[in-house]
Amino acid sequence: MKKLLYLVLAACVVTLCFSSNGWTQRKTTIKVGINAPMTGDIPKVGEGTKYAAEMWLEDVNKAGGIEVGGKKYPVEVVLEDNESKAESAVKANTKMITQDDVMIIVGPQSSKQAIPAGDVANNYETPMISPWSTNPATTADRPYVFRGCFLDPFQGPVLANFITEEFGFAKAAVLYDVASDYPKGLAEFFKAAWEEKHGAGSVVAYESFTTKDTDFSSQLTKIINSDAEFLFTPQYYNEVALIVNQAKDLGWKGPVVGSDSWGSAETVELCGEACFGQFFSTHYAAAGAKGATKEFIDRYNSKYGYVPDDVGALTWDALRLAQAAIEGSGELSGNVKKDRAAVRDALAKIENFEGITGTMTFTEEGDPNKCAVIVKISDKGEYEFYKSICP
Amino acid sequence: MDIFLQNIINALQWGSFYAVVSIGYSMVYGVLMLFNFAHGDIFMVGTYIGFGIATLLLALFSAFMPGWMIFILVILITMFLASFVGVFVEMVGYRPLRGAPRASAAITGLMIGIIFETGNLIILGAQRFSFPPLIESVTYNIGGIYVTNVKVLIIVASLVMMFALHLFIKKTKWGMAMRAMSYDFQAVPLMGVSINVIAPMTFAIGAGLASVAGILYGQAYPVLDPYMGISLGWKAFVAAILGGRGSIMGAALAGYLLGFIEMFVPMIFPSTFRDLIAYSIILVILTFRPRGFFGMAHSTQLRL
Repeated sequence: MKKLLYLVLAACVVTLCFSSNGWTQRKTTIKVGINAPMTGDIPKVGEGTKYAAEMWLEDVNKAGGIEVGGKKYPVEVVLEDNESKAESAVKANTKMITQDDVMIIVGPQSSKQAIPAGDVANNYETPMISPWSTNPATTADRPYVFRGCFLDPFQGPVLANFITEEFGFAKAAVLYDVASDYPKGLAEFFKAAWEEKHGAGSVVAYESFTTKDTDFSSQLTKIINSDAEFLFTPQYYNEVALIVNQAKDLGWKGPVVGSDSWGSAETVELCGEACFGQFFSTHYAAAGAKGATKEFIDRYNSKYGYVPDDVGALTWDALRLAQAAIEGSGELSGNVKKDRAAVRDALAKIENFEGITGTMTFTEEGDPNKCAVIVKISDKGEYEFYKSICP
Repeated sequence: MDIFLQNIINALQWGSFYAVVSIGYSMVYGVLMLFNFAHGDIFMVGTYIGFGIATLLLALFSAFMPGWMIFILVILITMFLASFVGVFVEMVGYRPLRGAPRASAAITGLMIGIIFETGNLIILGAQRFSFPPLIESVTYNIGGIYVTNVKVLIIVASLVMMFALHLFIKKTKWGMAMRAMSYDFQAVPLMGVSINVIAPMTFAIGAGLASVAGILYGQAYPVLDPYMGISLGWKAFVAAILGGRGSIMGAALAGYLLGFIEMFVPMIFPSTFRDLIAYSIILVILTFRPRGFFGMAHSTQLRL
């Protein structure tokens, strides 16, 4: 009996020793959440996000963690799959904030998930940077939500101006997914910009479909039989391949112009020759990049075997912004709620951040002022830099 | 006028997929009196098998074999392999539950569907595959109407398949057994026709047809996706009901009708309303013909 008592006592002492150790050393881990579409409609986007995060973590670990207030803290990345669904993105954010105690969230990528997930982050007062979401609603009236790219109200006019100057067209056709926030928003902004330039009724065909549709022949027949001179379709890579090829089969001869959602590494692979020679607006052009951008591209390419698309580059920038904000937050208190607020304030204060996709300073809304790039798909299927358009 | 004719061609292509897939629903209903809700996913698995075989054969034989020969080989091998998927679904999913309540048997199909989708996701990953073109697409301009050889092939191949199935059911002994089974699947086994032979055969034929539809689908819409069978499967199911449960002719006709409605609604209305209006029309049709076009009042009557 006595022996047992000693044993229990000893166990208690040992436990106390360990826990007191924990108190004195204050070994806080900085947790960074990633909310990405690993499965679902656009898995290539999720893959680019994951790879960029892996490279970033490698760099951070090499440096021994992130330094805040003279102390180095180890970093952990929590990756959650949002299945490219709005509900799952909300669930992923809630889980990372309430269970994993992440300090900051990077993602989700598309506006369909970023808009509802941003609401969760803002309600829980957790900073979130969406690298790729261009819809204004993602950050509007949400002090805790930021983004790493330009906005659709900027992209719409950029494309309208570019097409007018480049081709001299006056009549537009638009085909978009009415069930997804990004294409729907951008189609509307583009239509408004185009009609402002060429007068009401200059968008002669404004057709839509819903997510998961694969046959667009009825809409395309309508577009082809209108007197539209070009087709604008702000869709994701899996739909681009179908739309462009079906348009060609139905006798469409004009150009098809896209937006930054075309920038995925898989667009050309799925679409084939029908996409060669087409233009789209995006965040960066891999071919002909210089400096830090080239360094990133080469490293990514040698590690994963393909040239990173814009999502990879933007995620990289978003993670480095997150790192800069954590470093600039002064010191970590260990109370994750307090630290989140400090990181948010530091993030809002960042000025002229040199990212690989451009220089960024956040506006009041958490949107960076950035330039857009017009890319031409070359005859070899490479994304060639064509023009840069700044706000 | 051009738009009208062009949309007829578009609708024939799109309707062909609905028709061929909905026949699979109808046949199983005819024999077992239940709907195989995994059929949309059997279509998906068939497409992936076709994709695998096509990639393999193109890599092996494309140097010394013409494209159409590879195409026919791909269809035959895929049909053969996919029919085993159908047999597997019957044996694992439906046979153990033959005496179980209707609802249990109905949801097994849903579960098998989910197993196929997520299994595919785990084995092949989430990335999209591009179905290799087996036939070089050529576009013909006939008086302002654009027709590709792929479109013609899809329409013709679907009609040929459906006609062959019709002959099989009406003229062969096996077909007769299937028709007998659809009269009464309780009594026919007593006459020496085993349900354990006829049911798997029905599933195999359905899966084989769906896999050919999948290959043709891959030629027209070459982006493969583990969830590609869901929406097509549901819509084909609607066609099967609309055609009259268990009626193969009805399912085929309703499949084409569905294709036509989906194509012609956006011609008149904004395309945003396409599915809303298309399926409202079908609801109205069903209100007036609740058993579909060829459905009979009593379940014991001839349905095949």
